[in-house]
Amino acid sequence: MAIRILVGVKRAIDYAVKIQVKSDKTGVVTEGVKHSMNPFDEIAVEEAIRLKEKKVAQEVIAISCGPPQCQETLRTALALGADRAIHVEVAGKDYEMLQPLAISKLIAAVAKKENVDLVLLGKLAIDDDSNQTGQMVAGLLSWPQAVFASKVDIKDKKAEVMREIDGGSETIRVKLPAVITADLRLNQPRFANLPSIQKAKKKPMAKMSPKDLGVDIKPHQEYLSYEEPPKRQGGGRVASVDELISKLKEKGLI
Amino acid sequence: MLFQFIRRLSTSPLTRVRHPKLRRSTHYATLTDKDVNFFENLLPRGSVITNPDDCAPYNIDWIKTCQGQSQLVLRPKTVKEVQAILRYCHEHQLAVCPQSGNTGLAGGSVPVFDEIVLSFTSMNSIGDFDENSGVLTTDAGCILQTLDTHVRKFGHTMPIDLGAKGSCLIGGNVATNAGGLRVVRFGSLRSAVLGLEIVLADGSLLDCLTSLRKDNTGVDLKQPFIGSEGILGVITRVALACPLAMPGVGLGFFACSSFEQILSTMRLARRICGETLSAVEFLDESTYNLSLKNLKRAQSPIEPNKFYILIETMSSTEEHAKATLEKLANTALDKEFVTDGTLAQDLTQYQDLWAIRERVPEALVADGYVFKYDFSLPPSRMYKLVEETQQRMKPFSNVRNVTGFGHLGDQNLHLNITVKNGYSDEIKHELEPWLYEWVAKERGSVSAEHGLGLHKSKYLQLNKGEQSLVLMKQMKKMFDPKCILNPYKVLPYQID
Repeated sequence: MAIRILVGVKRAIDYAVKIQVKSDKTGVVTEGVKHSMNPFDEIAVEEAIRLKEKKVAQEVIAISCGPPQCQETLRTALALGADRAIHVEVAGKDYEMLQPLAISKLIAAVAKKENVDLVLLGKLAIDDDSNQTGQMVAGLLSWPQAVFASKVDIKDKKAEVMREIDGGSETIRVKLPAVITADLRLNQPRFANLPSIQKAKKKPMAKMSPKDLGVDIKPHQEYLSYEEPPKRQGGGRVASVDELISKLKEKGLI
Repeated sequence: MLFQFIRRLSTSPLTRVRHPKLRRSTHYATLTDKDVNFFENLLPRGSVITNPDDCAPYNIDWIKTCQGQSQLVLRPKTVKEVQAILRYCHEHQLAVCPQSGNTGLAGGSVPVFDEIVLSFTSMNSIGDFDENSGVLTTDAGCILQTLDTHVRKFGHTMPIDLGAKGSCLIGGNVATNAGGLRVVRFGSLRSAVLGLEIVLADGSLLDCLTSLRKDNTGVDLKQPFIGSEGILGVITRVALACPLAMPGVGLGFFACSSFEQILSTMRLARRICGETLSAVEFLDESTYNLSLKNLKRAQSPIEPNKFYILIETMSSTEEHAKATLEKLANTALDKEFVTDGTLAQDLTQYQDLWAIRERVPEALVADGYVFKYDFSLPPSRMYKLVEETQQRMKPFSNVRNVTGFGHLGDQNLHLNITVKNGYSDEIKHELEPWLYEWVAKERGSVSAEHGLGLHKSKYLQLNKGEQSLVLMKQMKKMFDPKCILNPYKVLPYQID
């Protein structure tokens, strides 16, 4: 029997945008900055669509938690081939304070409500680099987890997952329902084609609030300060190898 | 010694294949040690290059269609140095090849024989940007991309964008009136040039470096220098009007089954996207396939067809840029102008789709020896020429591809023929002058944006009437009476 997949898509600052820290160090500048689907989530969506094309999955539901603009990100997921979308609206101050644990609770609640067999997420979002949501969703649901997936095979309610680990790869088998997070090498996401972009407009999108799901999104951590990485000091030129060696000695590097 | 001397009288093998009759003019002096000494005293260490290995890159163009034998490269840092160099060359009858980023495509930027290379790569200090007027004043040797990064800090962008932006220099862009990808939006570069500082052939300074948008006082003397490819004088500083950078961009990439549908889509884009339209480019099937191969992309992002059109929109808000593009996509699909397509969903996709068009020149070079043509033609005739060329090339087994692509929005066709096993004389004669005559008959231009350089100078008369040519020659005489600047190029060259 074919499975049902819940795939998470986060609206994040576009990968190609240079991030700037706000002058008061309370966060990064988001206003007027291009936002797109988190690239790892794009890979998760692609994998879900491929599973559907292989008839392993019968339905793909995309979920995003955040401000109204998340609906754009969800439309992208629908254009890529997801069947329907769920927007959990969290706006304003609440969204600024939204942390991985709260998001994990929201996703877990929807996964239960929708009775899905698989939660597919990106391994992390490129804006905060937390790498926590997939693991916490699995914990909250008491489901097995297979994170950093670079290959996924699903047969008879079991998933065989090749995962990227330090110094190589590891293949594990988990029973469904389970949580899988996508790594970079899992697949190459497609471009949404025009007919699908048109069709995506007519696909259903449900809107709900954390309250509807009975989830408390109160933050448990406090962000104290955002800092830019130290600026690279410009290099210098030397005229000869001897000068290079003496400079290196001077600095105590050799 | 004697052998070397004789060799210098003729062109290098690479240049010779295309210009067999070209001989060095006896009118010019030969470089002596005394000359080199003068320059070594004039310029700081490192600004004078005489080592043949170090001179080599200044002697060859990047698509490798011609090679000079210059033994002296000068890289001045200041206008005063440029003036002193030219004053000396003028006095001593030494020929000079002004060179910027050396990304030209018509053989205009490298010496033909032993001309001294006057390189602008060291004149690269970025000047002031006036936030109120949006005018950038800068040295001619700044790299286009560096300038773009600079003005973007103020929310502006350069009025020109082209594939070679990472290497080309702004002075060279102005000297060749370079075109590029956004002429649809910003107009030709000429319209953005507000002021120029020019050093004339005898070393005197022509100061037209104002940054005024309006200045109707007498004859606009900077105009002839824009696009004259360094034959009248050398540009040392420029003042450019920089448009605002638009934060919202949209990009659509569509497939069409015929060139007629490409034109229909373009007309529709003008109507629907209106003021947001910022680029309209097209590729034919063979260009597209070569480009995908060069980018190592196994899969076409959209369902393949015979033609592809790329449409970009820009606006002050992202919503607006996207909305007009989406409306265009829907309408074009409903009207069956396009058979498939995609809209970039993020900046990575935006860059990936643009790369298919922007990196075509690279793909062509990878495919073999390139016969490169750059024509302006009425849109309805543009692809007819490609088809006729394909027919003409059929009998030749060494022809790999005959490809057409270009700036559709500006009626600019890039026609390229790639050939295996290097240059072929037979093919050249099959193509030239037939192509140039074909274009002239349609009242097109034999060089839309690449200029004439060395390769196309003899076809100038096909494009312009006799009286124009007489006047151009008179102007050359007036600005450069000893003809030391960029000899053998642009104007049809006659052996003394």
